[in-house]
Amino acid sequence: MYAKRSRFLTIMLTLGLAFFYIPMILLVIYSFNYSKLVPVWGGWSLRWYKELFQSAEVWSAVSLSLQIAVVNATFATALGTLAGLAMVRFGRFKGRTLFGGMLVAPLVMPEVITGLSLLVFFISLNQLIGWPAERGFATITIAHITFSMAYVAVTIQARLTGVGQTLEEAAADLGAKPFKVLTAITIPQLTPALISGWLLAFTLSLDDLVIASFVTGPGANTLPILIFSRIRLGLRPDINALATIMILVIAICVAIAAIIMFRQQRADLLDRQMAEREES
Amino acid sequence: MTVSTAVSPEPWLDQKEQEPLVKIRGVTKKYGAVTAVDNVDLDIYKGELFCLLGGSGCGKSTLLRMLAGFEDLNSGTITIDGVDMADVPAYERPTNMMFQSYALFPHMTVEKNVAFGLEQDHVPKLDIADRVHDILKLVELEDFKKRKPKQLSGGQRQRVALARALVKRPKLLLLDEPLAALDKKLRKQTQFELANIQDKVGVTFIVVTHDQEEAMTLSSRMAVMDAGRFKQIGTPTEIYEFPESRFVADFIGSANIFEGRVTEDGVDHVRVETEFCEVYIDHGHSVKAGSKIWVALRPEKIRLEKSDTIAEGANQTAAVIDDVGYLGETSIYKVRLPNGEIFDVTQPNQSRPTHAAQRLTWEDKVNISWDPSSAMLLHS
Repeated sequence: MYAKRSRFLTIMLTLGLAFFYIPMILLVIYSFNYSKLVPVWGGWSLRWYKELFQSAEVWSAVSLSLQIAVVNATFATALGTLAGLAMVRFGRFKGRTLFGGMLVAPLVMPEVITGLSLLVFFISLNQLIGWPAERGFATITIAHITFSMAYVAVTIQARLTGVGQTLEEAAADLGAKPFKVLTAITIPQLTPALISGWLLAFTLSLDDLVIASFVTGPGANTLPILIFSRIRLGLRPDINALATIMILVIAICVAIAAIIMFRQQRADLLDRQMAEREES
Repeated sequence: MTVSTAVSPEPWLDQKEQEPLVKIRGVTKKYGAVTAVDNVDLDIYKGELFCLLGGSGCGKSTLLRMLAGFEDLNSGTITIDGVDMADVPAYERPTNMMFQSYALFPHMTVEKNVAFGLEQDHVPKLDIADRVHDILKLVELEDFKKRKPKQLSGGQRQRVALARALVKRPKLLLLDEPLAALDKKLRKQTQFELANIQDKVGVTFIVVTHDQEEAMTLSSRMAVMDAGRFKQIGTPTEIYEFPESRFVADFIGSANIFEGRVTEDGVDHVRVETEFCEVYIDHGHSVKAGSKIWVALRPEKIRLEKSDTIAEGANQTAAVIDDVGYLGETSIYKVRLPNGEIFDVTQPNQSRPTHAAQRLTWEDKVNISWDPSSAMLLHS
């Protein structure tokens, strides 16, 4: 009975993982395919990588996407942190419930609605004050900040609630004025959440296709927009090469983060054991 | 560190000569419908080590947080060294607090943690270094100043927290369950250290604790709190030997409490009639003859003798041993009185029992008795 069930679980796990990873493995393999037609195997080759590196269109899309992602992540983290602080540390202020609801609304709003409403907003703004005359970097960035800020605010709120207020009280008790408490205690306490919030906003922006498609203008192609528009004309091997590079970069980043975290944890553990031994 | 100027060892007795350092008047704190602190008054004098003792939710921590400036008062005033604290924010109060969780800043070294308070006051850098060094020496942590809090053991963290709270030489140090996070052995040792340090630096301490033994060992005076009010304020001896209510008698140590009626109320003695014997108390009490009161007897103040004859007269009665608990240094006897009530009696095991016959055991007939000074009258 027990053995049977565990075999069932193993099969389910294998199937689940296979469903998840086989497409990615196929993608990587096909990126090395010489043939111009994706499903036809024409032997191993780096042809599409070479073509990819020579394509100005791809590189301008990568550069635009990265620029938007960095600016978006930075602003979203700053604004989201302020919103999170207001929610957790300002006590009960008038309109707190409404504010909290409005803060998380972008999380549940369909992207099509967000994108469409932002487009309408930018068009009317252009008619009113003559800006933005052209949609592109600025409009996409603003659109991304509006929704990724909500994700950051949620992350920050969770961390603030988690760490509690005792350290801030201790700092105030030792004579630190409110602004000093914020910079010397609260912000350093929030560092892990700030980093993960920033990374989250960065990824959300890099990933977004729907909202960016609404608020972009002629000539401003982000990477997802470019990939999607090319795919519409049929599968293309150079896109496979691009995707493989992205997978590699992400894998390296995750591995580095894991190694750093593991080392830190081990060092902390050793220090604590040493302290306990010294005392006894 | 500053050494306290000559103060009377019992400043609360000569109130005319000394102004209290802390004056709490009619302080009330409500959380919604719950009253955490209910209209309390308290004076604390310079150099005292005052304990607020009570169970969880009795309002002791709330009172401490109001002194620190973390909670607003609903009504009443708190005055520290003659200054009304109503409009003084936490960061400007002459108090420092040692938190139950220690609240050490995890991203700063021990040295930086201790220096933090001095930096806020813009003390010159060289002075900061000196003062940090001195205070770390006092708590025997000079060798640990470059460590982060997570690299310290529980006892070391506790001492860093104490050093950080003391380094600013506050007029008043507030300690929230300072020993609760330590293991039992370390706690006992630290109790005495804490009292020694207080003696050395001469700062007034207010300690919140739920541990009655801790309160008894540490404090010059203590207040027993329940449901937001003070049940009794006094020295540990006063609280233990002269409790005023059943709550205090039962909360501090253990006590056998029984009902009685006052039959005679003399200037220097009181007689109380109870269900099993007459209780004679050899000092005066403000009670009315005929009124119903309670009497409490501490288990260690009752004598126990094996006897077949039935005891008669005041302050003694026959009883039967119902249960025996051997604790090593002492034994606890549960004795059944003629009316069925069970008393706890503790006896020191002064000699090794060599014969089984010497030992008191189940169903032995005994006499219990106590001194005329031992019984305690409780009004409520």
